[in-house]
Amino acid sequence: MSDGIGYRHHILSVLVENKPGVLARVAGLFARRGYNIFSLAVAPTEDERFSRLTIVVDVESAPLEQMVKQLFKLIHVVKITELDPRESVERELLLVTVSAAADIRGQIIELVQVFGGRILAVGLDSLTISIEGAPDKVDDFEELLRPYGIVELQRTGRVALPRLDRTPRARIARVS
Amino acid sequence: MPQINGGQALIRALEMEGVEVIFGLPGGAILPVYDPIIDSPIRHILVRHEQGAGHMAEGFAHATGRPGVAMVTSGPAATNIVTPLCDAYMDSIPIVVITGQVGTPSIGTDAFQECDTVGITRSVTKHNELVTEAADIPRAVREAFHIATTGRPGPVLLDIPKDIVDPKNPRSALDWYWPSEAELSAGLPGYKPTTKGHPRKIKDAAELIVQSTRPVIYAGGGILKARAAEALLELAELCDIPVVTTLMARGAFPDDHRLCLGMPGMHGNYTAVTSMQNSDLLIALGSRFDDRVTGKIPNFAPEAKIIHVDIDPAELGKVRRPDVPIVGDCRLVIEELVRAVKDLGGASAQPDRSTWKSRISGWQEKYPLTYEQSEPGDALKPQFVLEQLRDTTPDDTIVVAGVGQHQMWTSQYWKFNHPYTWVNSGGLGTMGFAVPAAIGAKVGRPDRMVWAVDGDGCFQMTAQELVTAATERIPIKVAILNNAYLGMVRQWQEMFYEERYSEVYLSPDLPDYKLWAEAMGCIGIRVEAPEEVQPAIDKANDIDDRPVVIEFRTDSREKVFPMVPAGASNDDIITFQSHREVIQ
Repeated sequence: MSDGIGYRHHILSVLVENKPGVLARVAGLFARRGYNIFSLAVAPTEDERFSRLTIVVDVESAPLEQMVKQLFKLIHVVKITELDPRESVERELLLVTVSAAADIRGQIIELVQVFGGRILAVGLDSLTISIEGAPDKVDDFEELLRPYGIVELQRTGRVALPRLDRTPRARIARVS
Repeated sequence: MPQINGGQALIRALEMEGVEVIFGLPGGAILPVYDPIIDSPIRHILVRHEQGAGHMAEGFAHATGRPGVAMVTSGPAATNIVTPLCDAYMDSIPIVVITGQVGTPSIGTDAFQECDTVGITRSVTKHNELVTEAADIPRAVREAFHIATTGRPGPVLLDIPKDIVDPKNPRSALDWYWPSEAELSAGLPGYKPTTKGHPRKIKDAAELIVQSTRPVIYAGGGILKARAAEALLELAELCDIPVVTTLMARGAFPDDHRLCLGMPGMHGNYTAVTSMQNSDLLIALGSRFDDRVTGKIPNFAPEAKIIHVDIDPAELGKVRRPDVPIVGDCRLVIEELVRAVKDLGGASAQPDRSTWKSRISGWQEKYPLTYEQSEPGDALKPQFVLEQLRDTTPDDTIVVAGVGQHQMWTSQYWKFNHPYTWVNSGGLGTMGFAVPAAIGAKVGRPDRMVWAVDGDGCFQMTAQELVTAATERIPIKVAILNNAYLGMVRQWQEMFYEERYSEVYLSPDLPDYKLWAEAMGCIGIRVEAPEEVQPAIDKANDIDDRPVVIEFRTDSREKVFPMVPAGASNDDIITFQSHREVIQ
């Protein structure tokens, strides 16, 4: 799905023990069972014993329930929460180098300002830009930038937490 | 606390776990662990190939319910034991495998006999761990046995680098400790298998049971893992419901019981297959809707509601969505189910099922398991050999099979009246399983007679373990059904590839099985005529100081029936009777 946001995509927030090879176990499981990972972000949590994986999965490839159950069979997986995109806070970071000849550079800088991004480096005929935000905003920015000629682009994949004021309604897909 | 080295700690940890026997073969990286074995009460059985060690551990676990242990070195030894790991994973057999590894400074350098054992075995183990500190060894061993034996059982591998067990290396020193129950569970925050079924779901299941008019219990290997055979008998008798026992559950319900319908599936008997197809309620207990049972899935038991009990939540809804899913230990759940059915009034609350019963007995009468007896001078019928073997061995004999036609005939023609008397490779279908698994079973149950029934193709894959059996005085008995073919493949080529036989002929005389057996320290017997069958079996049964191998020369044209062709609906089952009509 081009926008990366449609409801066929689901966000799994997976709390894992911070042990060697955990990422390989998760990635291996997805590969072996034929599930598609749309994006994946990993980092330690506030408790150094645990890391959190934010996995955006393409559910057309397999039923989400089976995916969650198989994932939970990994001994180092502690908790799995499915985050509803409508009831969670998601952020993603995009780094992009875009062609920017002198005559159009102003237009691009204007776009960056509108989206609250930052110019990280200015070259003779290109700019490197960073923008952070909700994934649909990052998608929009990427689309708008594309006509200028993207030289290189890297997105982090999304990270997410349940939205605070609506936490009670967040769907918790804890298997036990 | 006393300082000991990692090798001593590993052996002491195995002793703490109650391990009585290790099946293994030493080598460079695991050498330091083999030294303390000399001083340990644990028996070590030296195998001839690491695959044998793994299957022996499996056979031991099958027969005893206790985890089997195998220990081998790094590199090629570790890769040789991948097949048993996968076999144990598919059939949920609790084994703990310890592999040596090159020292931690050498890991990742392509050192001699180094391989990424943890990476290679990740998808064929329930869990594995590369232990990097000597001080972690007691914890890792305790966790390995806990994970292997609880929840859905399975294989666990520990990869042990040489430097943390080598007394000459300061990295191997540790203060001995043994983790408490609390420390064990604190160390595994993500592992809490559910054993008790949800009371509400159990009530729902009981209601479906007492309402159903055409129920069938679909019992799987989970019954045996959960030691639930008695509970199953109570439920079946209370509700008067017929039981099918899958390939992994043969023996979980007595074949002689009036409610037993035998094995379902691709080579199941007509009544077991057809009663499932026509049921209005399937009570799946520790079974997993394997493709060899369901046939074409959309056509499987189309009118049946499903109660599915399994300790692995991922099995519920994986293949067929259950109407009542229950996560839990089969024994505990069935015991609760019995109570819930009684609360609803027990058998008296159930509808009249006499029509269903008479349909079932009609199928049994019309399509019994059968075969054509051989003409004088013809090769032996494999089914005849198995009937003779069945009728002249003790009732509680443990029977172990390889994979193929001989396995299916054994499952069909044996009468399994006790749990843990049938050992075979179901999910992975590992040829060569029988001989080593039989050795493991006999080591675990020396009081029982253990017969391996093997094919000639299978036997050639792992026969060298008979040297192990002869050396260690493990008196197993092996019946080779020698039809000079990879028989099951031949059957498919005959039926589905227009009798174009491609690479399936093995020769009846090469190798000479009798001489081969004798060369390995066994008694070797060759049987070619029906009247020789009985005396040969009697002779084998009387020998208890060494292994015996009987080679039965069997008819290569014989096929396994019934058969549901791969991908076909269970409604299109081919029976011996219908196949004969087609041919004539």
